[in-house]
Formats: sequence, C-alpha cells, structure tokens
Amino acid sequence: MSHSRREFLRTTSAATAAGLTLAATGQNAWAERAGGLLSPTFQGDAATGELLMRALEAAKSAGAQYADARFSHNRTQNIFTRERRVGNLANNETMGVGVRVLVNGAWGFAATSELTTDAVARVARQAAAQAKASRTPGHRPVVLAPAPGNQKGTWKAAARVDPFTIPIEEKVALLLATNEIALKNPRARFVNSSMFFLKDEKTYANTEGTLVSQTIIRSQPSVTVTAVSEDRRDFQSRQSTDIQPMGRGYEHVTDNDLQGNVARWAEEAVQKLSAKPVEVGRYDLVLHPTHLWLTIHESVAHPTELDRAMGYEANYAGTSFIFPPNERLGTMKYGSELMNIRADRSAPGSLSAAGWDDDGVVPEDFDIVTKGVFVDYQTTREQALWLEDYYKKAGKPVRSHGCSYAQSWADVQFQRMPNVNLLPGEQDIGWDEIIAATDNGIAIIGDASFSIDQQRFNAQFGGQLFYEIKGGKITGMLKDVAYQMRTPDFWAALDMLGGQRSYELGGAFGDGKGQPSQSNSVSHGCVPTRHRQINVINTGRQA
Amino acid sequence: MSRETQQAGPRVLSRAEAEALAKKVLGFATATETRVIINTGERGNTRFAVNQISTGGDNSNTTINVRSVVGKQVGSASSNRLDDAGLKAVVENAERLAKLSPEDPELMPELGPQQYQPGTSWSDSTARLDPTTRAAAVAKVTDPARAAGLVSTGYLETRAGATAIANSKGLFAYDRSTDVALTTTVRTQDGMGSGWAGSASNAWSDIDPAALGARAIDKAKRSVGAVAVEPGRYTVILEPTAVGNLVQLIAGSLNARNADEGRSFFTKPGGGTKLGEKVVDERVTIVSDPFDAETLAQPFTFEGLPTRRVVWIENGVVKNLNYDRYWAQKQGKEPTGSGGGFKMSGGTETLESLIAGCQRGLLVTRFWYIRGVDPRTILFTGLTRDGTFLVENGKITRAVRNLRFNESPIFMLNNVEAMGRPVRVSSSESGNAGSNVVVPPIRCRDFNFTSLSEAV
Repeated sequence: MSHSRREFLRTTSAATAAGLTLAATGQNAWAERAGGLLSPTFQGDAATGELLMRALEAAKSAGAQYADARFSHNRTQNIFTRERRVGNLANNETMGVGVRVLVNGAWGFAATSELTTDAVARVARQAAAQAKASRTPGHRPVVLAPAPGNQKGTWKAAARVDPFTIPIEEKVALLLATNEIALKNPRARFVNSSMFFLKDEKTYANTEGTLVSQTIIRSQPSVTVTAVSEDRRDFQSRQSTDIQPMGRGYEHVTDNDLQGNVARWAEEAVQKLSAKPVEVGRYDLVLHPTHLWLTIHESVAHPTELDRAMGYEANYAGTSFIFPPNERLGTMKYGSELMNIRADRSAPGSLSAAGWDDDGVVPEDFDIVTKGVFVDYQTTREQALWLEDYYKKAGKPVRSHGCSYAQSWADVQFQRMPNVNLLPGEQDIGWDEIIAATDNGIAIIGDASFSIDQQRFNAQFGGQLFYEIKGGKITGMLKDVAYQMRTPDFWAALDMLGGQRSYELGGAFGDGKGQPSQSNSVSHGCVPTRHRQINVINTGRQA
Repeated sequence: MSRETQQAGPRVLSRAEAEALAKKVLGFATATETRVIINTGERGNTRFAVNQISTGGDNSNTTINVRSVVGKQVGSASSNRLDDAGLKAVVENAERLAKLSPEDPELMPELGPQQYQPGTSWSDSTARLDPTTRAAAVAKVTDPARAAGLVSTGYLETRAGATAIANSKGLFAYDRSTDVALTTTVRTQDGMGSGWAGSASNAWSDIDPAALGARAIDKAKRSVGAVAVEPGRYTVILEPTAVGNLVQLIAGSLNARNADEGRSFFTKPGGGTKLGEKVVDERVTIVSDPFDAETLAQPFTFEGLPTRRVVWIENGVVKNLNYDRYWAQKQGKEPTGSGGGFKMSGGTETLESLIAGCQRGLLVTRFWYIRGVDPRTILFTGLTRDGTFLVENGKITRAVRNLRFNESPIFMLNNVEAMGRPVRVSSSESGNAGSNVVVPPIRCRDFNFTSLSEAV
C-alpha cells in the first residue's frame, strides 16, 4: 500500500509543478502568483464591469459610505454512477449579482438573478434600506481596516485542463471502467463513483476603485466501494480519500489513476469485514495526511476564526476556546514545539487559492501557531481593527489577512478560513519512519466520521483504514476505531512529524459556517504525525 | 414577465406564470420525454450578534431544471437564465448530455397528469416579513438580553417560494410555500453560561420572539457554574429539540433498496428487511404527512408523484420503507410517495413532570455536531449544548458540563420511560428554515455519554 501511495504522491506533486510551468508560458501577460496566474489588467467582461458600476452608483445614491458588488457565473458538473449504471449526469449553472452596502456603520446585502441595470440598482437600494432598518439605537458601527483600493486585475486558478472542455463520454467511460474493476472482487458488492467539477467566474468591484475578475476551478473524482458479509450482519465501505478535492482542472482526474487504485480500495473494503475490533484504551496514533487534514480543520482552523472568538457565530458554528483574544495572542500554548501552523491562499492547486478575497483584499500568507504558541487569528477588513492593539504591540501591520468569502452571488461574504496548514518538521522522515519508531499504536488513513464541540475542545474522529502497530511494524487491520481528544492535549502530545517530502494537501468542499449556512472550500496541507497516548473508543454496537 | 415591475411582496412566480414558463421550456424540447422543475422565490434573513444586527440578506431567484430522456438515455441541466436564449440553452444542454449518456436500465417513464391535494403551507404572515419587521422581532430578543447584562446572538430566516413541475406528458404541479425559523443563543459576558431557544414554522404568526428570547435568557442564567459529571450511561430528559435532532436521523436510513441490498440498519440479518419487525418501544409511532397541519409540505415529489401520509413505524413495528418508482416496480411494491415532515407520537407528560419523575438524570436542551459513526446501527456522535442540567430527586439541581454521546436513536427509542406532548421544533443545527419535525420531550434510560467537554 505505501508503495502505491508514494507513487501517487510523486505523480501529484510533479503534475502540479508541470501544470504551472505549462500554463505560465502560454500567455505573456500572465505571471504566476497566489497559486494561479495573475494579470495586472482587468480582463473580465466589460458589460459585467459596467453593471457592477451601476450597482455601486445606486448604492452611493442611497446613502452608502462603502459598497461592493459581486457577479458570479457558477457552473458545476455532476456525474454519478453506481455499478454499471449512470445515476446522474447534470450540468448546473447559476448567475447573479450581490450588492453589499455600509450605511452609517451597518451592513445591508441584497442579491438578484436579474442581470439588468434596473434590477441591480433596485437591489442596491434594497440593501441600503435593509442597512438602515438594521441600525438600532446604540449600534456599534462597523469600521473597515484600511486596504489598498484601485485594485485592477485578473486571476485564474492553476488548472492545466478546463474540466468543462473534456467530453462527457470520456468521463462516464472512465467511471464505468473503474466500477467494473471493483466488481471483479466478488465480495465488493457495490461501487459508486463520481466526478464533480466547478468553474466560478467572479467579478468584484467596490467603491474604493477596485475591479477584478477571477476564475476558480475545483475538481473531485471519488469512489466508494461497499462490501457486505455473507450472513448480512456486517457491511463496510472504503472511500477513495487518497484522492482529495483540489483547485485543479481535469488533470486532477487523469493524474490520479482511479482504475489503477480501485482494486485496492475494493480489497480494503472486504478486509474491513474481518478486521479485528479495536480494544479500547490509550494508543500512540500515527495519522496520515489524508486523515489529519480534517483534524487540523476542526481543531485549529475553526477555533482561530476571529468572528467565532468574538461571539459572532455563537448561535450555530459556535465560539472558540481561544478567548479573549488579548489574553491569548502571543502567549497561549496550543501544542508542542513541533507545531507550526501557517495559513495561505497561495498554494497552487489548493481550494482556497485566490488573487483577491471578497473584500477586494490581496490575501497574505500568515502564521497562526509558531513553535506551539498561538500568534494570530484569521481576519477580514471588518475584523482586523479588533486586534489593533496586539498588532501594534507585536510590530505587525493592522490589515486584513484576506479571509472574506461568500459561497455564491446570493450570499453575503464573511470571514472564512483560508488554507490552514501544519508545516513539515526539520527531520527528513515520513509515514514509514514514524511507524517504524512506534511501539504500540494505531495508524489511521483517510477521513471519515468527525465531530467537535462548539468551542473546539472535545473532538471525535473516525477514519477509513486502521492498522495495529506493534514493535514498529503494522501487524493487522482494526475496525470500529474512533479517537476522542481535547484539542490542546492532542497537539501537546504531538512528538513526531514528517518532513517536507511527506507534505500533502487534503481538503473539503463542504466547510460549513454562518447563518444561512454557507459552504467554503478549503485545503489543509500537512505531514504525517504521531500523537502519544490518545484515548481510543470502540464504536461497534449490536443492533 | 410581470416580475420586473412588481415591487412589493415576495418575488414568487404565480401558478399561471410558472405554467407559461414551463410550457415555453417544453416548447424548445426535442427529446423523447422532458421534465421541467421550476424553483422560484425569495429568501430573507437577519443575523444578530452581541445584541445588535450584524448582517442581513435578501435575495430572489428562479431556477429551471430540465431532465431530458432521449430513447433510454437521460441528462439534466439547470440554469437561472430566464430569457429565451437561456431557456433554449438549458434544454439543449440537458439533451446533449442525454445523448452522450449510456442507456439507463433503471429508466422509468414520465408520469401522466396526476391529481394533487392542494398544498396549504403558504402563510402571508411569513411572506410579508421585511427587514424592518425582522429587525423589530430581533429587538424582542436583544433588548431584554442587553437589559439582563447578557449577550444574545441569533438568526431569523424566511423563505417564500414556489415549486412547479411540468412534463411532456401533460403533467403539471404547482405549490407555493413559506418557511420561517428564529433561533437564539444567549451567553453570559464571561462566556461561562449559554442558553438556546428556537422555533420553526410555515407561519411567522406561530412564532413568539419575546417568549423565545426569555427562554434562552433564563437558560443562560441557569447554566452558569456548571460542574463536571462522569461520562457514562445516564437517564436523560431530552427536550423536544434534542429528540428531533436524533429521531430525524432515522429518516436517512429508511431507503428500501439499501435495506434489500444488505447495507442498512433495516436489513434483516440472514436476508430480507426488518419490515414487520418491532425495532423500538411499542409507544413509538413515526409518520410523514404533508397534509398534517404541523408538518405541512409539498403535495408532490420531484417526479410529480402525489405525496401521501406514510407510517414508517407504528407501535414500534416497521411499517414502511421508502421505495422509489424503479425499486418499487422491481420489488412488486407501490412507490412510497413520501414527502416532507417527520412526526413522532408522544405521551401525556409535560417536561416538568418528566423531570419530577426522575431520580437522577441529565436534562438536555439540544445536541450539536451530530455525525454518523456506524450506519449498521444508525449510531451517531455529537455533544450536548447550550443548557445541560443535573436532575436529582425530581428537581433540576445544577448546571453540568457538556458531554459527548455515541448513541443511536434506535437504542434511545428502545429505552423510553415516558413521553410528553409532541411539538414542532427547529431541528436543524444550522437554524435554517424548512425542516418539519414534530416530536415530544422524552425521558429514557441508559443514554451513552462517552466523554466530557469543557465547551460552554
């Protein structure tokens, strides 16, 4: 297994690098930046730019001190198959304009699918009226941190092959051929496979002179094989979590060889039926990047969102154990000294990569945890000033990190996590070396069940595959494993981590937050880690 | 379209407008069979945080979804471009995909015209809510919270919309509906106490913001000074929202095909399904009824099949699993036509009497971050949140720290001691409007808590 995994990793990283080089030489005006290609001129649709200007003018006439307008043309493609049948084949598109205004320190937002000057002017006025209605006596005004205005440009994701240019027959044939290989395993009774592609062409303008357009591309091929025991008392599934969703094009499908991997996934699903139920207790956990990204997402990326810490998400996503900010920044011990967390929206192929955020700010890379100490939150323009005292004391600029995002034209933007990554260690080791150094542990591959409390203290995670480690060797497969953890203890128990060569991106399309709940897409780069003496439970029960 | 000039009230296509639009789309079709689904309407929301409105949003949209069948090949496309070019393009897109797709061995022909009972889930009181009235409702929560020195955060969402379905065999269905939900979490300034209250309905007139705010304020005050209890098996008194959070999870496992295929809790070991078997306490009956005043829902499925009352579990026995049209035909059954709503029977107790009848147990307001752990037993994990209390000798004695559970609604409904009167709850964790869940408060024993959380 680790052989094919290494091969897979090599292919992935080589392809990413190659993709950038190829694309960068294609057009003169474009330069590699922010994980994609950047042009310093606005190359979006001129009529769309005009429409947004009309919206901004209407907003100003209606009393807005600040306004921005976002157009999005979002296309998705879903292909779903099961066994020898195509279950769903769908192309979806949606477009519209959302206008956000700030009137006397209160926000308003309205959006329409009608792309006429009358309609966008109407929603601009509607947003202004909403802002006025929302401002009650004693309202603490929203104040935006300064940001460079007059941004002009165009950004494109680092995708080599636009997935929407690939014939549908080719995609369907690949999925059905993949299923056929899985079904050769007589105990792999069921197989689903799918492809999902997204292309979002966004144009953003604000009253500070910014006008930018961006093309975001995301791809995910995915397979699930289910094995059923002969007595029908057990069934087990293996999801293809080796292949994570990425901000890449169709090359993400072709580089990842579904047909070459699916026989192994099918065999692993079958093996899970006869795996040994785990004995509860404390174990040293060795966590693969295809699993660990989700633990980072929940226990590091979410609690370091500043709006959560300040109580803005208390009614759904929750608050944060990192509170109050001025007593935690620069001093709170998050984990062991091996723990370094850095955020970016600039990694090529990552899901959060962007040239500008939805405030029109160029995102920056920034440190969240340095040698185990918490040093910064994720911010937008609205939030950066909340940390003014700390930033000044620490000698840092008071600016937004560029974490504003809305899932669609119909939704208002707010603070969403960028890619939040666990940096590699200094030692040149990887998965195999960490297992070899572990005496009594469990290795976990792939993400599955996940749950964490509303302040991000207590979490429980499952996985796709669990292996018993004895005396530095994998001695067999386990099932019904989940670990329960307390965030600071889990990260304090980190005592080994992989080096640069073992760094991978995991991620998800469905990071939920906000009301109405909005979905963010985000990657988490990480290396394999070891955490000492973590509490493991057995989740198997008799029905 | 008359919508351009329409300024007041929600921008929802009328039956006549939807029918005209559907006819136009079908007029562009060249496929063997074509189905059009139109979703139209407005959404509005007001969020509040730290006792004032933080953001809001109002949007209007109409989406056309086209499903084309060419011979036995199927493709779908959707778009919100409503000009003729856009409508033509979405039809061509679906037809192109169909022609490139392999034949579907499970293809079911489109239904002909059907008779539908009229839907009644539209409420003018919800449709009329605008940012000003939403702000006034929010103030009924934030003003008392501020006065009490507490911090309120919350969300008010409204939806006013319509769905229309038409196909090339002359079927037409139209239903308009509204949904609204208001939820709030009130916390103490120091973050050591937290209380939640929420409510959902089709009609805004059913919701009392001031009473809801008062409940959350009271819980926030009472939840301070929480002590830790040992994780383990506890008798629990679950408020209706907590019951809804868990019982609604059963709906996701009722698929008949999965049960027949051996990959469901409802699979019978050795072969067949658990239809006709007793799986929970005999006092438990679970029904979906789109015409029940408490669980009003759309009177048709997205295939245009009329929806009807479906009894899933009656007196503890599995009565129905959910058959789609293909699987029903293959198994020689009627398609279920299940649509919307999930209502569980109750008993005669009140929350107060459930507490009074408890020697030692935990009272739970709601659950959070509920995720599947094991589909074989419908086992989920999650945590208590925003109001968890110790009950001793029939009285609430103090607040306790939150706990993580690993438990199945099936096990829980086998351990029922007593139940109260069912009420409609806001059962979605996100506070989004549109979940029609009606459940009682219950007291049950041996609820499995596996670890403690420091989170407040």
